[in-house]
Amino acid sequence: MSKILENLRYADSHEWVSLEDGIATVGITDYAQHALGNIVYVDMPEVGDEVTAGEEFGAVESVKAASDLISPVSGEVLEINEELEDSPELLNEDAFANWIMKVKVSDASEIDNLLDAAAYSKICEE
Amino acid sequence: MKYYDKLIFELSRPGRKGYELPADEYGKDAMSAIPSELMRGTEAELPEVSELDVVRHYTNLSMKNFGVDTGFYPLGSCTMKYNPKINEEIAAMPQFTQLHPLQDEKGVQGALELYYNLQQALANIAGLYEFTLNPYAGAHGELTGLMVMRQYHLSRGDEKRTKVIVPNSAHGTNPASAMVAGLEVVEVKSKPNGSIDVEDLKPLLDDTVAGIMMTNPNTLGMFETEIMEIAALVHEAGGLLYYDGANLNPLLGKVRPGDMGFDIMHINLHKTFSTPHGGGGPGSGPVGVVEHLAKFLPNPRVRKNADGSFSIESDGESLGSVSSFLGNFGVMMKAYAYILTLGRENLKNVGPLATLNANYIKESLKDDYLLPIDGVCKHEFVFDGLKDKSTGVTTLNVAKRLLDYGFHAPTIYFPLLFHESMMIEPTETESVETLDEFIDVMHKVAAEARETPEDVKNAPLTTIVRKLDETTAAKNPVLTYRQLKSAAEK
Repeated sequence: MSKILENLRYADSHEWVSLEDGIATVGITDYAQHALGNIVYVDMPEVGDEVTAGEEFGAVESVKAASDLISPVSGEVLEINEELEDSPELLNEDAFANWIMKVKVSDASEIDNLLDAAAYSKICEE
Repeated sequence: MKYYDKLIFELSRPGRKGYELPADEYGKDAMSAIPSELMRGTEAELPEVSELDVVRHYTNLSMKNFGVDTGFYPLGSCTMKYNPKINEEIAAMPQFTQLHPLQDEKGVQGALELYYNLQQALANIAGLYEFTLNPYAGAHGELTGLMVMRQYHLSRGDEKRTKVIVPNSAHGTNPASAMVAGLEVVEVKSKPNGSIDVEDLKPLLDDTVAGIMMTNPNTLGMFETEIMEIAALVHEAGGLLYYDGANLNPLLGKVRPGDMGFDIMHINLHKTFSTPHGGGGPGSGPVGVVEHLAKFLPNPRVRKNADGSFSIESDGESLGSVSSFLGNFGVMMKAYAYILTLGRENLKNVGPLATLNANYIKESLKDDYLLPIDGVCKHEFVFDGLKDKSTGVTTLNVAKRLLDYGFHAPTIYFPLLFHESMMIEPTETESVETLDEFIDVMHKVAAEARETPEDVKNAPLTTIVRKLDETTAAKNPVLTYRQLKSAAEK
């Protein structure tokens, strides 16, 4: 059974978001890292890039497959987790502690379109 | 089997030789016949070895190999059928191997006739008007086909058609080829049974769509029953239909892509037409089109003249060249030999037998392995791992355990529609005894997963190379001898 944190919002494409003071922290879920298996590379956007909700912002590559990362929010990338460049396996160790990017959101209401923990856990059970 | 991993350069000893150049046929010393300006100034860095060194080296290396000649190879989507040896004999005939591509047409009429006849045979089998045999492999054929698609729209002055629709279950080469052709990929969703969702397709079809790429049967081995409706919708929107020939084998002699409404397709001669592939030899990806697209096919082409002779021609409206000369001719000879060996009647049995074999395995194993899409499949099918998920044994573990029992693993973790995909394609060339052996071993592995799961998780246990560290291999690839040396010194 994968871990799901209560206080986060989720996309059905298995990204998590937490929003604080207009800044969204985005990562992939424990379910996603488990399904992907050993992660060997994270393709991240650059600081200053514009990302759009529902569109690709990077990719995660594992020994099994390469998977697009879909941004759950729109806005400007403020920061990326540079630790993942050398140590992508951190996502396997703890997918929630190791975020991928921080975004200055352009429309905070977008987060209302995302799932809460209960709704997301239903998707994972299916 | 002993472990052997030497490079032939490691066997080299200064001055050791395995040959002596003869005096040439004109009675002169062969070396002195080479003009001095063509002689190299420095010694070539070639291994200096004896004949015995060479024989042992390559024999040992070949014994590390697994191929269709050594065992059952149910690699889904790859059509690893037996490669008849008569193909090799024909392709090795010096009358063909000693031709030079720049030779005058008059001296190579036989080769051109073979090229022309193969092109005609493929056109008949596919239900299309004309083929080019120039592309070197499947993905190269896809690129060539998409270039034809693009050229067609541009020739009508329709520059806004830049989108190619690709199902989310497609072979990875489809979106990749579209990108290389300068087109934009738009994904269309699959229904739960794996076939294209026509309702999801409809809103995508506008005047920016160049065409759609499909394979039928799809990557789950299921026939796209709505193909006629899809073809009508795409054509109505002004787009073209591209058929990825990777899954042509089950249709051979039964259904023709041209009759299903496809305008362009490629055929993998190294799958459907029994020529070796993988490490076994180069591929060949002929591209066929309907009549109104024939003028866009790449140059050069082989044409039959009114007097029965053959010539190599180039057309002005062609998209250009995609190969040097006429492509991988040796592969074409093997495919042509295969078609003639089987003949029309036996070619028609290929598809049904491949389909029967796949369904036989599927039905025999679905008690132990999870079959997400039930029903009659074509030449291949997909399991979503073991049925009993409580053991923690994954598809990767099962695949590795199969190696211990002398079988090649199926394609794993593709298609991406399921988490534990295991894609099995037996082909028509396997006997029922081989299929039964495979089925027994798959049942045995499922039992081991329940009883002694650690054995399966640690597999392979008996191969000369044990479980590989794929994560480190992907993160720190050691690809050259120099890298290996420096890694070993550290």
